Amino acid sequence: MSANPEEILAQSLEELAKVTELSQLEQLRVHYLGKKGLFTLKMKELGALDPDQRRAVGQGINLAKEQFQNQLESTKQALEHSALAERLTSERIDVSLPGRGQSVAGLHPVTTTLRRIQSIFASVGYKMVEGPEIEDDYHNFEALNIPAHHPARAMHDTFYFDAHTVLRTHTSPVQIRVMESETPPLKVIAPGRVYRCDSDITHTPMFHQVEGFLVDTNASFADLKGVVYEFLRAFFEKDIQVRFRPSYFPFTEPSAEVDIECVMCNGAGCRVCSHTGWLEVMGCGMIHPEVYKSVNIDSEQYSGFAFGMGVERLAMLRYGINDLRLFFENDLKFLEQFH
Amino acid sequence: MQISEAWLRSFVNPPVSTEQLVAQLTMAGLEVDSVTPASAQFQGVVVGEVLAMEPHPDADRLRVCKVAVGDKEPLQIVCGASNVRVGLKIPTALCSAVLPGDFKIKRSKLRGVESFGMLCSEKELGLAADANGLMELAANAPVGVDIRDYLNLNDTIIEVDLTPNRADCLSVEGIAREVAVLNQMDWSPRAVEAMPITYSQSLSVTVSEPEACPRYLGRLIENVNAKAETPLWMQERLRRSGIRSLGAIVDVTNYVLLELGQPLHAFDADKLRGTIHVRSAKTAEKIALLNGQLLELNTDTLVIADEHQALALAGIMGGSETAVSDKTQAIFLECAFFAPRSLAGKARHYGLHTDSSHRFERGVDPSLQWRALERATQLIIEIAGGNVGVITEVRHDAALPQRTPVHLRKQRLEKLLGVVITDETVSDIFKRLGMSVVTHADSWQVTPPGCRFDIAIEADLVEEIARIYGYNNLPNTRIAMRSELSQATESRLEINRVADLLVDRGYQEVITYSFVDEEIQKAIAPEDTTIRLSNPISSELSVMRTTLWGGLLKAALHNINRQQVRVRFFETGMRFIQKDNELCQQKMLAGLILGSPLPEQWGEGLRKVDFFDMKADVEALFALTGKTATFLAANHGALHPGQTAQIFSGENELIGWMGMLHPTLEKQLGFDTPVFLFELEQALLLNKQLPSFKPLSKYPSVRRDLALVVKEEITALELITCINSCHEASIKNTVIFDVYRGKGIEEDYKSMALSLHLQNEQQTLTESEIDATLNRVLEILNQQISARLRD
Repeated sequence: MSANPEEILAQSLEELAKVTELSQLEQLRVHYLGKKGLFTLKMKELGALDPDQRRAVGQGINLAKEQFQNQLESTKQALEHSALAERLTSERIDVSLPGRGQSVAGLHPVTTTLRRIQSIFASVGYKMVEGPEIEDDYHNFEALNIPAHHPARAMHDTFYFDAHTVLRTHTSPVQIRVMESETPPLKVIAPGRVYRCDSDITHTPMFHQVEGFLVDTNASFADLKGVVYEFLRAFFEKDIQVRFRPSYFPFTEPSAEVDIECVMCNGAGCRVCSHTGWLEVMGCGMIHPEVYKSVNIDSEQYSGFAFGMGVERLAMLRYGINDLRLFFENDLKFLEQFH
Repeated sequence: MQISEAWLRSFVNPPVSTEQLVAQLTMAGLEVDSVTPASAQFQGVVVGEVLAMEPHPDADRLRVCKVAVGDKEPLQIVCGASNVRVGLKIPTALCSAVLPGDFKIKRSKLRGVESFGMLCSEKELGLAADANGLMELAANAPVGVDIRDYLNLNDTIIEVDLTPNRADCLSVEGIAREVAVLNQMDWSPRAVEAMPITYSQSLSVTVSEPEACPRYLGRLIENVNAKAETPLWMQERLRRSGIRSLGAIVDVTNYVLLELGQPLHAFDADKLRGTIHVRSAKTAEKIALLNGQLLELNTDTLVIADEHQALALAGIMGGSETAVSDKTQAIFLECAFFAPRSLAGKARHYGLHTDSSHRFERGVDPSLQWRALERATQLIIEIAGGNVGVITEVRHDAALPQRTPVHLRKQRLEKLLGVVITDETVSDIFKRLGMSVVTHADSWQVTPPGCRFDIAIEADLVEEIARIYGYNNLPNTRIAMRSELSQATESRLEINRVADLLVDRGYQEVITYSFVDEEIQKAIAPEDTTIRLSNPISSELSVMRTTLWGGLLKAALHNINRQQVRVRFFETGMRFIQKDNELCQQKMLAGLILGSPLPEQWGEGLRKVDFFDMKADVEALFALTGKTATFLAANHGALHPGQTAQIFSGENELIGWMGMLHPTLEKQLGFDTPVFLFELEQALLLNKQLPSFKPLSKYPSVRRDLALVVKEEITALELITCINSCHEASIKNTVIFDVYRGKGIEEDYKSMALSLHLQNEQQTLTESEIDATLNRVLEILNQQISARLRD
C-alpha cells in the first residue's frame, strides 16, 4: 500500500515551498497531477477498495489534491509576479536620452512668408500664376508704360542679356502675360524671384516679390485700400496702423506707397523705421489706362488695381531679421531658426 | 533734391512746424527722405574782428591778436592760421563756447601767452569737411552777433525724394507752390523785372533742331567781375542744397536752377566765334567737357556750337574750352527749353547725370525761360556787375509743349476712387494746383500749368484729386466679386507637398542665386551652353545656372567652412538652358547631402551617407505621385562614374539625375567628404498617377525565399525585370533582402536573396502550385541571366 493522501500532500507542499522558478513548478505539477502523478495513481487505487470505503477515501484524496492545486496556483502567481517585477526593473531606460532617427529640417523663411501671403489671398479666391524670369523688354517695361529712356528705368538697375532681353526687375510682367491671355474678371497673385543690378547692405541682386492684381467692372481705389489694409493686418496678425502715400509707378494711377506702423517700436520711432514710426511695405495703384491698351482690355468697361510687395522685407519685419544678405548665404545657423 | 527750410519759407511760410511741414510733403507724394540740421550743434561763437596783431614772442607761426567781440573788451587770442590779418572778420569762439564734437573752449596758455578764445575755420564749426585757414566773413559782418544768427544756421535741410513724374517740384519755387496748395494759402510766382539794357551787342543764334530745342534764349553781359565773391547767403543756400561754391557766375546759374528749376549755362563770351548754333553733333565730333571727360559724340546728340566747334552738350554739360574762369570778362548766358523726349537717355548714354539733364529729361516749364534769364541777370549784376545785352530768342511755337485741356467725368472719378467728392472740392483742388477749370454738368475741363508735364489724361486728374483730398481720407471697402470654385487638379502634385516631404526627411530648404560663378558652372555641367549676363554684378555671378547644383555646392561649402559636418539641402527654382537655340526656363528640384545620414546620436553608429540613403529620399518623392521610378547607371560629367543614375519616370521619361559628386570635383571644390546630389525636373516629377482600385484577395498570401547566384554584372533591376517577364499572375511582389559576396560564392559572382510574395484571387494556393510557379521562374532566370539556386 502506498503513502496515504495526507502524506503525499505534506510532501508536495514541502517541495512546492522550495520552488524558485516557473519551470520547476511545471515538473512538480506533472509529478503530482500528471497521468502518472502521485495523486492520479492514488485515485486509480480507489477501484480496488470496497464501495463503502471508496467514497470516504476518494473525498480525502480530492481534498488533498485540491489543496495542492491551490498552493500550486498561488506559488505560480507569486513567481510570475516576481519575474515580471524583475523584468520591469531590468528594462528601466533613461527616457531623457534623445530619440533615434531622422531630424526634421525647415523651409527657408522666404518660402514660409510666400506661403502665408499666398494662403491669405487664396482664401478670397486669388489664383496663383508664375511667369518667366528671363523676360523680354516688352513685358518687363514697354507694356507696363515704361518706354525706352523713361526716367523710371533708371530706378530699376536692370540686368541685361542683350538689348531686348532682361532678368525681370519685378513681377509685374506676369500682370501683362495674364491679361494678354485671359479676360476679366481676374484675381491673381504672382510670386517669384526678381533681379536688380545692385548689391550692398540693403540690396541683394536677387530677391522675391509678390504681385497681386484684380480687374473687374467696378474696382475702385477704395477697394484696393481695403484689400491692402486687410492683408497687412492678416499678415502681421495685428491691428496695425496702415497709411497710403501718393507715389508714382508708370503702370498705375493713382499710385500709392503703403506704410505700416513700425512693428519693431509700435510707431514710437526706432532705428528700423529711421525714427519715423512708419515702414514702407508695398507699392500699389489703379492699373494705368496705357497698360490696358497694351493688352487690349477696354479701360472704359473695366477697372482694376495692382499691388506689389517685397517678400524679404515682409519676412524681416515679421521675424525681426536685421540683415537682408543672410537670406542668400544659407548659413544653417540662420536657417535653423525658422523651423 | 535737398533744400533749406528757411529758403523754402522765404517763398511760403505756413503756420506749421518743421515736423508738420515734412509730414505734409510726404503725404502729398513728395517723400521726405531726411531732415537734418543745417549745421552741427555749437554755441558761444560770435562775429569777431581782428583789431591788432603781433608776433608771438616764443613761436614763429603763432600770432597774438586783439579781437573785438562786441560789448566786451577786446580779447587776446593766440592764433596760428596763415590768413589771420588786421581788419579780418572771423567766427570767434568765446571762453565757455562749445564747438561741434562737444569741444569746450577754455582760457589757456599757448607757449606762455594767455589766449581767451579761438578763431575758427569752417571745419571747426562743422560747416565744411575741411578748410584752408580761418573762415573769412564779409567786411560788413556785425561784430558781436552770434554766428548762428548771422549765418542763419538755425535752419533745417530737407531732402525730398521726388518721383520722376514730379519735375515741377525740382525747385524751391516748385515745392513752395505745393506747400501753398496743401496749406490753402495764396501763392503766385515772384515776378522778375526786366533788367535795363546797357550793352548793345548780341550774338545771333540759329536752331536747326527746333523739335529738340523749341526755345533758346541768350544774352551777352560784358565787363563782369568773375572774381567777385559770392555773397554768404547764396553760398549757404547752395551749400544746404549740396552744391559747392565755384565762383560768382556759376553760383548764380546754380542758384537759379535751384530756385526756379531752370538750368542755365554761362559761356566765356570772348572764346566764342561767330553765330551760336543749336544743332546735332557731326559724325565723330569731339568735345572736352567741364568735368575733364573727352567725348566722341553720336549724331543724335544735340550740341551748342559756334562757327568752329561744339561748345556744350545741350542741356547736359558745358565744354571746358568756353567755361567761365577767373579771367572771364564777358559772358554769354544761355537759358533754353530742351524737349524731354530729345534728351531722354542721352546723358546716361555718355555715363553722365547732371542737375541740368535731370531736369530737362523730366520736363522744365517751357514758359519759364524769360523769367529765369532775367533773374540770373539781376543776380549777376548785383554780385559781379556788368553791362546787360539784349535777349536773343529763337522760338518755334509749334514745337513748344502745349497744355491741352483734359476732361474728367464725374462718374469716372467716383468709379475709380470709390467715393463721392463734392464738385466744389474738386474745382477748388484744381484751382489751387494752378489749373484752369471749366465746370460742365457731368465733367470738368482742366488745363494744367506749363510746369505739369505729368497731367495729360483723365487718370492723371483722378490722381491729383485723390492726392490733395488725401489718400487716407478715402474709405477702405471690400470688393464683391463673382466667386468661382477653383479646379482641384488631382493629376498635379503641389510642389509644396514635395518640399514638405523633404523637410520631414531632414532636408533644409535653401535659396541660392540664379546666376552663378562661371568656373563652378563649367566644372559641374561642362556640356551645357550657358546664358551670360551682359552686365553682371561680379564674375562670381555672371552666368545663369543650368543646374541648381552649383548653388547647393556653394551653400554646402559655406557651412562646412563654418564647422558644420552634416548638410542636407534642397532647392526649388529655375534653371536656364539653351536647347536648339531656344531658351528654356525649367523649374527644377535639387538636393545635396553629405556627412552622416542621421544626426549624430547615442543610439546609432556613425557612418557617412551613401547613394542608397539619397535614393530612398528620391523614391519617397515618387511615392507621392504614385509613379514608378527607374534608375539606370549612366555617366555625368560632375558625378562618380560608378555611382551615377539617370532617373526615369513612368513610361521611360528622363526626369533627372542623381549620384555621388566626382571625387576629383569633390577635392577641387574643397570638400573632404563624399557629396551626393540629385536634380529632377518639376514639370515631370509633379505628374501624378490617379489611384485606380483593384479588389482585394480573400485568400492567404505565401512567402517563398530564394537565394540566387548570379554574375556580378547582373543588376537588381535585370533580376526583377526577368522575374516580371515570366508573367506569373500569382507573384504579387518581389523583395531583394540580401546581397552576399565572399566565402562560398565564386569570384565575380554574388548571391541575391529574394522573397517572392504569392497570392491568388480565386483560391488558396496549394504547395504543388507554388512549387510549379517557382520552377518555371527559376528556369527562365537560368536561361536568361544564368541565375542558379545557391547550394
